[in-house]
Amino acid sequence: MSKPSQLTLEVSGLTARYGPIEALHATNLHVSEGELVAVLGPNGAGKSSLLRRIMGLVEGDGRVSFAGSLLPKSDPRGCTMRGMVLVPEGRGIFGPMTVLENLDLGAYLATDKSEIETRLQRVFDLFPRLKDRQKQLGGSLSGGEQQMLAIGRGLMAAPKLLLLDEPSLGLAPRLAEEIFVTLGALNKSGLSVLLVEQKAPLALKLAQRAYLLSVGRVVSEVTPDQIRSPHDLARYYLAAA
Amino acid sequence: MQPPSSRAVRVSVIGLALALFVYVFVSGGYLMTVLSFAAIYAIFATGLNFFMGYAGQVSFGQNAFAALSGYTSAVLTSTYGWAPIAALPIGVCGAVVVAVLVGYPALRLRGHYLAMATLALGMIVYEIAVEWQSITQGYMGISGIPPLGIGRWELTDPRQQLVFLTLLLAIALLAAYRLKESRFGMALAAIAGSEDAAMALGINVSRYKLAAFVIAAAYAAIAGSLMVHFVGFVSPEVFGLHLVIAGFMILYVGGIGSIFGPLFGALIVTLLPETFRAFKDYQDLAYGAALIVILIFAPKGVASMARLLPKAHR
Repeated sequence: MSKPSQLTLEVSGLTARYGPIEALHATNLHVSEGELVAVLGPNGAGKSSLLRRIMGLVEGDGRVSFAGSLLPKSDPRGCTMRGMVLVPEGRGIFGPMTVLENLDLGAYLATDKSEIETRLQRVFDLFPRLKDRQKQLGGSLSGGEQQMLAIGRGLMAAPKLLLLDEPSLGLAPRLAEEIFVTLGALNKSGLSVLLVEQKAPLALKLAQRAYLLSVGRVVSEVTPDQIRSPHDLARYYLAAA
Repeated sequence: MQPPSSRAVRVSVIGLALALFVYVFVSGGYLMTVLSFAAIYAIFATGLNFFMGYAGQVSFGQNAFAALSGYTSAVLTSTYGWAPIAALPIGVCGAVVVAVLVGYPALRLRGHYLAMATLALGMIVYEIAVEWQSITQGYMGISGIPPLGIGRWELTDPRQQLVFLTLLLAIALLAAYRLKESRFGMALAAIAGSEDAAMALGINVSRYKLAAFVIAAAYAAIAGSLMVHFVGFVSPEVFGLHLVIAGFMILYVGGIGSIFGPLFGALIVTLLPETFRAFKDYQDLAYGAALIVILIFAPKGVASMARLLPKAHR
């Protein structure tokens, strides 16, 4: 599959290690400007490790280029400053803080108050429920609201590329749909997204392309129209095996 | 009934503290000494609260910084004739430098490993205090340490000491409050919540953890120097493991993560044993039982009880 000209993220030969264990092996992928790319795979495939390694949160080798410049191996702060923002698995909500404080922390690197206020209004427009619950503690929100807060907090950093780790995890189907509709709207507004997801049908509704990951390796790169049923997905995995 | 606002709680606490202070100041006697110790312990625990309560880290080694500063103050004043007002900042600066040097590598560790590393630091400093006899006098300790003062004026009167220590404690609590409410404090709270999530937001986790460790060390160092000038004596036991245990008790009984937690905790931990003096041989038993009862009814510390008030009226 050919690479479009304006690459936002380019990853080559990326590995991720936890001590002696290599969870991700020589992975290549790319995300173009304004693209929503899904990374699909079962539990333990290395999806979260891929995102954490891209952000520099785990050790490993390989190259990560973002918006044309090569990123250092371990500089999560630098990634966020450049506009690559991770919404982590399990949401990472700060439970003892209010919704507003959580969102404020999302804009930690911003200094212009009016800019922060504009971002906040945008998040409240996207997720009106967060506006209603802005004084409530993050830990007291429902699972769906926490996911909204996690995405909203990521958006407060004004990302050019959002790395989303399993946003549907632990959510009722209706809530997951709601979150994905918002993600689709964000992508249509021009935001690039790298979406890690186990629920393939949900992710493929939005994604323009998808990488299939198995046991720490990309086994295939597909477009949504190539995956019309779970059998198609299984066929790709089996072909790779 | 409306729940009390945080402002009302703060005003009530300050009012109660002032009332206790006035009562002790007027009545004088032994209670004044006990309250002065409580103020020093509260300063020590405010620093520990910074590292443990706000940043969510663990340190069993704050006694090391108290000892470094305390011994520096003691040696400079009693052996070399320095003025206490000059020796104290030197001691604090020395402890801060050691905190930076030790904290930089040690804070790569997390959880129990960090706890063990800091415990080791406390034990190393204790051993140095015991073994480096030419400077520290070993177990015998150093006596004749002058009280704090400026020029010929010395802080010898217990009433003056109490006023001075209370003012210092108020400044320490105010500084902790301002830092907690700042962006730096918010970042520490984020680190306490999830280091990875904080890093992903662009927070420089290792630098902020080190800053919290150094601030905690500075508080401990100030408390250590105050202690030696207040008592006039120092030995390794003054800054032994019991100080670590006292710090933890103060934090957990008072309320970890709360601004006033160290104040409440220090008052309870110093005043409570005195109230059980009549129990004689059973004093420690009664004290321990009282602490358990407090933790059963206020598992998040006495400072958290204000939050329970609205529930009681529902």
